[in-house]
Amino acid sequence: MEKKVDRDLMLEKENEELRAMELIISKALTIGITTSAIVIFIGLLMLIITGNSGYPHGFYPTSPVEILKGFISLKPYAVILTGLLLLILTPVFRVAVSIITFLHEKDYLYTAITTLVFIILIISFILGKVE
Amino acid sequence: MVLTSLEILAFSFIAGIFGALLGLGGGIIVIPALTLLLGVDIKYAIGASIVSVIATSSGAAVAYVRDKITNLRIGMFLEIATTTGAITGAYIAGLISPKYLYIIFGIVLLYSALAMLRKRHEELPQNVVSHPLAKKLKLEGSYFDKVLNKEVKYNVAGVYSGFGTMYVAGVISGLLGIGSGIFKVMAMDLLMKLPMKVSTATSNFMIGVTAAASAGVYLMRGYIDPEIAGPVALGVLLGATLGTRIMQKMRNTTIRKIFIPVLAYISIQMLIKGLGV
Repeated sequence: MEKKVDRDLMLEKENEELRAMELIISKALTIGITTSAIVIFIGLLMLIITGNSGYPHGFYPTSPVEILKGFISLKPYAVILTGLLLLILTPVFRVAVSIITFLHEKDYLYTAITTLVFIILIISFILGKVE
Repeated sequence: MVLTSLEILAFSFIAGIFGALLGLGGGIIVIPALTLLLGVDIKYAIGASIVSVIATSSGAAVAYVRDKITNLRIGMFLEIATTTGAITGAYIAGLISPKYLYIIFGIVLLYSALAMLRKRHEELPQNVVSHPLAKKLKLEGSYFDKVLNKEVKYNVAGVYSGFGTMYVAGVISGLLGIGSGIFKVMAMDLLMKLPMKVSTATSNFMIGVTAAASAGVYLMRGYIDPEIAGPVALGVLLGATLGTRIMQKMRNTTIRKIFIPVLAYISIQMLIKGLGV
């Protein structure tokens, strides 16, 4: 009898931990999305106010390294692209966090499935770079 | 330039609302609006659309996951098929002329409109028996429906056909940048027999992950133009946030009825453009 109560308490505690974790993930995602929106907005404002993209006409950086370099020197196009890059990375981040969540739930089947999805995503990024 | 940015922002906002409602990603509005109204090259329109798909997904995800309408297990399981498909599609895209992209896009949309028309009166799926694999994978779930004011439990059928269709959906997503939520919602709705709201919310979660797989490729190829994709992302994020609130207060049947004419209209527009009539 006492053991059952203990187990119920443990389950309840686990559920609470899980919910707390979901809330943290949800908040982290909101912060990420808001940040990317603000960065894009600032970049657009810079572009509209100065009328200068920071690059030769018709050109913009296309690799993450170039984009970040441009962001540091505050070139409007690079600032917008940094925001877009942050946005593109949100789903990847979510998949990564889901792996941890499933692992925490001791759901090893879904830990494996989610890890596989994550690996495919990483492969797609690498393939894009090689081409 | 300011005017163009504001125009892009305005229709992206609308795209975000509809995208969040239907799990479609908003590409179906963003691509035609950019190409037909603003004369943007289809490749940059597709680049912007990929961004719009991710923005819709992320903007809507926070609310849907919190409210447990999204079925994360179904999403993750099917995501194996869609991400693989998306990589395939992104690579084929460079080999096909824009004219054919328009035609394929038009046909895809027309077909979705007809499929939705057939199911317009169904509020919740009835008498669904779970596929044995669905049980093994713990795909069944439940959510609280705010309109029906009750907890809705559901079973999952057609695991294999759903998985196969998701691969095709992934290919189309990489090819056309539409997130192919249409195919995803249809596969979950028609083949796996999930409630419409679970299908659209889960599709919303999935389209972002699939699009991220091809977004990397598009970014490095230079299809993501900051001047176009920037305002698209902003508008869609704002719209999607509003869309999640509206969706929960709507009936499944209402969601279908609103969108059928929009789908039909856009599909015909795209077909005309592709055929050069």
